Amino acid sequence: MATAAREGKTPLLEVKDLKVHFETDDGIVKAVDGISYTVDRGQALGIVGESGSGKSVSSLTVMGLTRSRNAHISGEILFEGRDLLNASDEEMRHVRGNDIAMIFQDPLSSLHPFYKVSTQLVEAVRAHKDVSKAQALDRAVEMLGLVGIPEPRRRVHSYPHEFSGGMRQRVMIAMALANDPKMIIADEPTTALDVTVQAQILELMERLQAELDTAVVIITHDLGVVAEMADEIAVMYAGRIVERAPTRPLFAQPQHPYTWGLLGSIPRLDSPRDEEIVPIPGRPPSLITLPGGCAFHPRCPYVRDRHRKVEPTLEPVEGSPDHRVACLLETGTRRKLWEELQSGKRPDAAREAVALEDRS
Amino acid sequence: MSAPESKPAAVAAGAAGERHTGAVGGAFTADRKKGETLVQVRDLVKHFPITKGVIFSKQVGAVQAVDGVSFDVIRGETLGLVGESGCGKSTTARLLMRLLEPTSGSILYEGEEIANAKGAYLKEMRKRMQMIFQDPYSSLNPRKTVGSIIADPFKIHGLLPGEGERKRAVQDLMETVGLNPEHYNRYPHEFSGGQRQRIGVARALALKPDLIIADEPVSALDVSIQAQVLNLLRDLQRSMGLTLVFIAHDLSVVRHMCDRVGVMYLGRLVELASSDELYAHPRMPYTGALLSAVPVADPVLAERKQRQILVGDVPSPTNPPSGCRFHTRCPKAQEVCSREDPRLEPKEGGNLAACHFPLTDAEVRERIPTAEAQ
Repeated sequence: MATAAREGKTPLLEVKDLKVHFETDDGIVKAVDGISYTVDRGQALGIVGESGSGKSVSSLTVMGLTRSRNAHISGEILFEGRDLLNASDEEMRHVRGNDIAMIFQDPLSSLHPFYKVSTQLVEAVRAHKDVSKAQALDRAVEMLGLVGIPEPRRRVHSYPHEFSGGMRQRVMIAMALANDPKMIIADEPTTALDVTVQAQILELMERLQAELDTAVVIITHDLGVVAEMADEIAVMYAGRIVERAPTRPLFAQPQHPYTWGLLGSIPRLDSPRDEEIVPIPGRPPSLITLPGGCAFHPRCPYVRDRHRKVEPTLEPVEGSPDHRVACLLETGTRRKLWEELQSGKRPDAAREAVALEDRS
Repeated sequence: MSAPESKPAAVAAGAAGERHTGAVGGAFTADRKKGETLVQVRDLVKHFPITKGVIFSKQVGAVQAVDGVSFDVIRGETLGLVGESGCGKSTTARLLMRLLEPTSGSILYEGEEIANAKGAYLKEMRKRMQMIFQDPYSSLNPRKTVGSIIADPFKIHGLLPGEGERKRAVQDLMETVGLNPEHYNRYPHEFSGGQRQRIGVARALALKPDLIIADEPVSALDVSIQAQVLNLLRDLQRSMGLTLVFIAHDLSVVRHMCDRVGVMYLGRLVELASSDELYAHPRMPYTGALLSAVPVADPVLAERKQRQILVGDVPSPTNPPSGCRFHTRCPKAQEVCSREDPRLEPKEGGNLAACHFPLTDAEVRERIPTAEAQ
């Protein structure tokens, strides 16, 4: 993404300081609280976070799906330079499914159980293209074949319940791709699937992305999925992006204590079996009453007084302009802490080290 | 107790089962010399009938959810059962708990047959095993306070009749699992997912059972919370000497938690080995495919590996394939696989696997980059 900016091209999608706040009886829920990112043509961006981090809401907003009376949306969303935030509902209907398509988590509830797959796919095609039903059906069959459904000519006339979970997700992908969108947003596309089926779907998405040069935004809680799929990763916490970097540096040199926590709390097949997993203490904050200063401070092992008052902004890391982090710790301290974590120290041990450094 | 009458017949059935499985009889414990067997499962079968007709209903088929599964659970260990949806791992758990009655086969709990146990005898046996469920939302009664949910096992079994006594016991349990004992009078909805799962754990611990069966205990939880609950289960298991049967679909979680792991496919146990052996050199191609499919949180490793993709879907358990049930999707299948049902027997490296053409070390290295880390 930074490359595009340098070359002076307009990115495909540009999100600037997006805020999505919902008014509820309990107060204002700050689901997304000022995030910015860009997606280039053909690029795969991974958005990682836990439930309630705002990763889904931000993407639904790009699709214009969070518009309602109690939602306050501000900032800018530019798709190929077009302002989506202020587009009319009619214009958005044209963008959705045509320029940007979406794949949802649960393939069972996102297909209508009452209609045949053919009906649903034909409708998706004809919503954007002025073609006959027969032509649309041909397109549907072609798409089903592309996503690897055997005997597409016959299977297109099945009902969703006649497909397995993995096959339904393939149908969803076929529907999303039917109008050659420039970008696909996949919201936890494999979470509801078994691991071997997940591998099939990820492989399919990778292949299609390469073949069709579609940009993909993949939203997930699974660090393994983004490691395999994404070119660049944004880590979200409490409605903000706390770290953003190309995939390799993010895993090799993660900068934010929350990212460290995420990496440390999953058991991994590629590390020794007796390695302890270290949970992040506490739980994500309420989005109505966010903690002051850095929103992660109540769970951060390295918190200092200042972090409770000052809000960190997403700044480039010294020495690597593509890597951005929202953390108040010094770059040197962070590097040292990460090295210590790598060598097997628990965060509480490292915390003492930080305190000592403070005194000296 | 009605136990004495039903026991001899059942034990005989168990013995017959063992004879039937032949060579594998002793092998289920072979890789774990130390420790006594807590539960012995032999040829366990559960078929759910499919019926047609309302008044004159007749059986037209059966879902072969579990079909001839044999394994041992050793006291003090954590045994993992992995497999994809529909492989029969949850049905096996429910059979072990005797929440379902097996179609045939034997389950010896400390030498006592519980496969056909009923009534008061079964209730007595259930005191010694408890279950933790997947969904922390639907497994707790929303209209009861946490205190009374955790106290329920005492009430059901008529233990600790005094109210003060019971409350103290419950608060001790809440303390053990890391809940604030002062929240005794709160309702489940006032707790987060992770805390609710702790309530489930406290309830399971109430009767000091020997065996706890955890069916996907963390799959509904967020990553950071998942680690908290996993560590809790592991600490409890170590400090209280519990035996844990841990069922999950997440292979990395299972590896982290379990001493031994059984892999299930379409109602059969297809591989059984210690965690180290299974993850370092899986022998059954299905296990290999599962391990190869796990996304690795390491972009460098991910780029290097040749992901092995299984074709197609799991066949229907109402009409499973002949011979080896995996042969329809197996990359190494040959003609014999569709004819002969392979036995679960020791393969190179010590794994028990049901396979005619087990994976070689070279194939493992190529498909599963994480195998080297073991």
